Amino acid sequence: MSLLLKNGRVVDPATETDETLDILIDRGKFIEIKPRIQAQATKIIDVSRHVVAPGFIDMHTHLRDPGQEDKETIQTGSAAAAKGGFTSIACMPNTSPVNDHRGVTEYIISEARKRAMINVFSIAAVTKSQGGEQLTDMGDLAEAGAVAFSDDGFPVKTSEVMRRALEYAEQLGKLIIDHCEDKTLTQDGVMHEGYYSYLFGLKGMPASAEEIIVARDLILAEKAEARIHIAHISVKGAVDLIREAKRKKAHHQR
Amino acid sequence: MSFNHEHLLGIQNLTPSDILTILDTAESMYEISTREVKKVPTLRGKTIINLFFEPSTRTRSSFELAAKRLSADIINFSQSVSSVVKGESLKDTVLNLEAMNPDAIIIRHASSGAPYYISTFCRSHVLNAGDGFHEHPTQALLDAFTIRQVKKRIEGLKIVIAGDILHSRVARSNIFCLNRLGAQVVLSGPPPLLPPEFEKFGVEVEYDFDKACKSADVIMMLRIQLERQQRNYFPSLREYRNLYSLTRRRFRQAKRSAIIMHPGPINRGVEISADMADSVKSVILRQVENGIAVRMAILYLLLGGKEREPSA
Repeated sequence: MSLLLKNGRVVDPATETDETLDILIDRGKFIEIKPRIQAQATKIIDVSRHVVAPGFIDMHTHLRDPGQEDKETIQTGSAAAAKGGFTSIACMPNTSPVNDHRGVTEYIISEARKRAMINVFSIAAVTKSQGGEQLTDMGDLAEAGAVAFSDDGFPVKTSEVMRRALEYAEQLGKLIIDHCEDKTLTQDGVMHEGYYSYLFGLKGMPASAEEIIVARDLILAEKAEARIHIAHISVKGAVDLIREAKRKKAHHQR
Repeated sequence: MSFNHEHLLGIQNLTPSDILTILDTAESMYEISTREVKKVPTLRGKTIINLFFEPSTRTRSSFELAAKRLSADIINFSQSVSSVVKGESLKDTVLNLEAMNPDAIIIRHASSGAPYYISTFCRSHVLNAGDGFHEHPTQALLDAFTIRQVKKRIEGLKIVIAGDILHSRVARSNIFCLNRLGAQVVLSGPPPLLPPEFEKFGVEVEYDFDKACKSADVIMMLRIQLERQQRNYFPSLREYRNLYSLTRRRFRQAKRSAIIMHPGPINRGVEISADMADSVKSVILRQVENGIAVRMAILYLLLGGKEREPSA
């Protein structure tokens, strides 16, 4: 079983490729990538005017399975991802029950193996029930297959819990992902706070709500020498803070 | 005089000449309410629905009387006795009312933008009677009418609006309206309820209420909602009264000819002292009286004369 893709625009940032090429694949392996391949193949597809790229990765999805299968399942969510060109996705822990113990992680991974046509990675919760107080058994969860830890829509509430989580996850070689929002500043908010929220009479959320938690996380991560991923940044101030933290780290390593 | 609008969604959509058209029309409507028989046949056969999702005394009854004095048929719909309590959505509620072929829907809703939203699928004329913290256009128009009636002009007057600006649809509509008519608008209130960005609307912001009152022609007080205290927009009612209540002492800073306004309902002894509310300088009840003339004018301009086109 071999497959020949003809005349696609091949884009691969890793090799800085962006040109029109043919690709020959045999039994799941890339045999040749070059212009105008003259070879016999079981199947030939003309992909001119299409982009051919390595599979995309979405590290922040919600599969809602287990517990909210009326919204989405591992099967439907992963099929939607595949349709869009994503071959690997990581799913957030806000399921019912929350992915805060081994049973849920194992369920997600085994269900994905059975029903997903792409790679599905499990992100477990930082705290039990995403409640912000008691750390989950991160070692156990990592062993079961969790690739990272996050309380998803809830920022890790207190500085102390965040500090412990960073220290602990780093030692396991895992990443903490935080949703940075000081909820005391964003209560009932529906849009960015500023001229337009005042004009429309809508409750705004100030940029400082994001910046405060980003700053806290960066300081704690630096202290713990841990890695952190800040999810969905939406304000300039947060970008500046992260840039400064990266510059400092690069400086240290020199 | 021309008024080319399907709806009255906010002052933002009106030009200075639109506003003057409404005020001039209201002058002639005013006289009708002083007659022995307070009724003209202008809108006979028109049906209007008062759709109020929030409590109201003044605005709802004012619209109702305005419609009746123009001989329109008007029905009142309030949330508590409707299918909204059974979970019917805003859109379905409006579509069902529309099926009864009204000519206009007057809506008050707690969500900013609700009147605009229903205007996107309504065949009827939509009139905004207050939406969230956004706009309350008829209030601003009746305020402008009252100022013009007493002061004979609006251009060049120093008009102070004080209180909870952030959460006030009355303040927003008044800012847009008075700006378009050339007044000097000064806002005052506690900083958490008056973000400095309001200066971008082309008004002055003065946190010191005593200073703001200096040589003012009009002082318009806004109702302070007591529940704002729980979210620390101000520390206590006592503190609020000390800094932002309109008292006789503060009112002396204004021009001798200055007038006091308030959209109601008032909290006596909080944002305005009782003696100021009742003083001869107060035009608060005249605002209420004028509300009918202004709403008659708007109903006439939107519904009167022209035939309605079938909806697109």
